Amino acid sequence: MRAMLRRHGGAIGAFLVLFLAWEVLVRLFGVAHYLLPPPSVVLADFARRWPRVLDSTWVTTFEILAGYLLAVVVSIPLAMAVAYSRWFERTVYPVVVFLQIVPKIAIAPLFIIWFGFGFTPKLLLVFLLSFFPIVVAAVAGFKSVDPEVLDLGRTTGAGPLRLFWRIRLPHALPEIFTGLKVGAALATTAAVVAEFVASNKGLGYLLLEYNGNLETGMVFAVIIVLSLVGLAVYYAVELIERLTIPWHVSQHGDATRPGTP
Amino acid sequence: MTAGILVEGVGKTFHPQEGRAGTPVRALEGIDMVLPEGAFVAVVGPSGCGKSTLLRMLAGLLPCEEGRIAVMGRAVEGPVTDIGVVFQKPVLLPWRDVLGNVMLQLELRGRDARAELPRAERLLAAVGLDGFASSYPHALSGGMQQRASIVRALVHDPPLLLMDEPFGALDALTREQLRIDLEQLWLESGKTVLFITHSIDEAVLLADEVLVMTPRPGRIERRVDVPIPRPRGLDGRSHPVFRTIVDEVTRIFLDKGVLHGTGERASLLGAQSGGKGS
Ligand SMILES: Nc1ncnc2c1ncn2[C@@H]1O[C@H](COP(=O)(O)OP(=O)(O)OP(=O)(O)O)[C@@H](O)[C@H]1O
Ligand SMILES: [Mg+2]
Repeated sequence: MRAMLRRHGGAIGAFLVLFLAWEVLVRLFGVAHYLLPPPSVVLADFARRWPRVLDSTWVTTFEILAGYLLAVVVSIPLAMAVAYSRWFERTVYPVVVFLQIVPKIAIAPLFIIWFGFGFTPKLLLVFLLSFFPIVVAAVAGFKSVDPEVLDLGRTTGAGPLRLFWRIRLPHALPEIFTGLKVGAALATTAAVVAEFVASNKGLGYLLLEYNGNLETGMVFAVIIVLSLVGLAVYYAVELIERLTIPWHVSQHGDATRPGTP
Repeated sequence: MTAGILVEGVGKTFHPQEGRAGTPVRALEGIDMVLPEGAFVAVVGPSGCGKSTLLRMLAGLLPCEEGRIAVMGRAVEGPVTDIGVVFQKPVLLPWRDVLGNVMLQLELRGRDARAELPRAERLLAAVGLDGFASSYPHALSGGMQQRASIVRALVHDPPLLLMDEPFGALDALTREQLRIDLEQLWLESGKTVLFITHSIDEAVLLADEVLVMTPRPGRIERRVDVPIPRPRGLDGRSHPVFRTIVDEVTRIFLDKGVLHGTGERASLLGAQSGGKGS
């Protein structure tokens, strides 16, 4: 706890000052609370009505996790196929790269037509947004192995599976995690947008409802909860990264890897 | 006589990649060589003359389209596995410590790495890396990395060693020490060694036979026997034959015009004037 304070003390302090200034300025200038409620009001609103927010939080969190995990499960094997098979690289990958340009959010209304209001369109939009950065990063990671390291591997007579586990995969992990973190950051956005488009629960839905009733204090409360959810997902991935590739984190990703000139 | 390495009429041309501009590079031309089992042969030649290309073909890492290569009595068609290779670059895995990198050799071969731990530790100590077994490559000097890669090439006790400028990144003192150690190891183990180097001195001090390579296209210009008695250790240089052979090799490079445009210039001129002085 004390170590955490020492590391993040500065950030925590900055946030406290920010909230304090917000409170003081709103009160000083007498800003109407439906335009910009002071933090104390946001907190009071939230304290009164948190059970509903909490219910919606679970809904949205579940959409984020499910869509994100689906993206991970699909994109890593696909990236392997693209990296190790000429055929995939020439046929499937160009399509993937092209689709990446399409503004995925623009597809959300289509999902409603196809899949209705339920869980499926949310799952798909989260999947779609986090999928591309992961594939692209993982393909780059799998392909960037130093050919000389592979030469060494070949002189040992090791089979492709052994080479994959001992050389190719660990080599690709830092880049894969870069993609995983970008994907995690996008997953939250995707879930909220999907709920905006059509739904009857979740934090995105709640946000629209409070917005419509001009319950601005609750709007802020929901935004803060959403940010915390996004933060938690992101840091969970970063924690896994720290545990999986401590060698890389300790080097801060500098150019000490072979093959990176 | 069983041949450790047999090379007949081998050539190699690198063609520019499909769809890219460039002219083909003739890297090797008419290479013939025989290394009897247990021989210590050095290849010396200037940068770009095809030494690494030759080594990679011997290891079966580059396809041989011209001529014939046999290693340990078998024609080379794919990667050769009963060898230890020291590559020109250390190529250590950044996520493994020194010992882990050494053990990789055994793990990739599906051998019980733990059982051979004492051997690995002994070899690390022999190259002066005891105490660094759990250091990661990024925390090592270039010379230390290269020494770790030498241990990795030895840990599985291969009958044939291919070494591509293994001492290139080392300081003169460590270089001297490792040269003596390598000779000792060779004398005790009877391995076949092909040793590539830029240094004429090093080639003459280590090998029974020196193959002198010249560039464009890379060919073996001359083979020179080195009848200096073993173990040579630190005394090799003071043997009368040493200077004669170094001069002979230097003369070949002078005659072939290797002196311009390569990094060899300074050391060759130095060797030449030293030769005249003695
Ligand atoms: N993969 C490759 N593709 C195209 N040309 C190559 C390739 N590898 C080597 N060459 C060319 O072959 C020639 C010999 O290269 P090689 O690496 O064998 O030289 P070397 O004798 O090992 O030099 P050095 O002492 O600098 O390591 C060079 O002219 C080089 O440009
Ligand atoms: Mg070379």
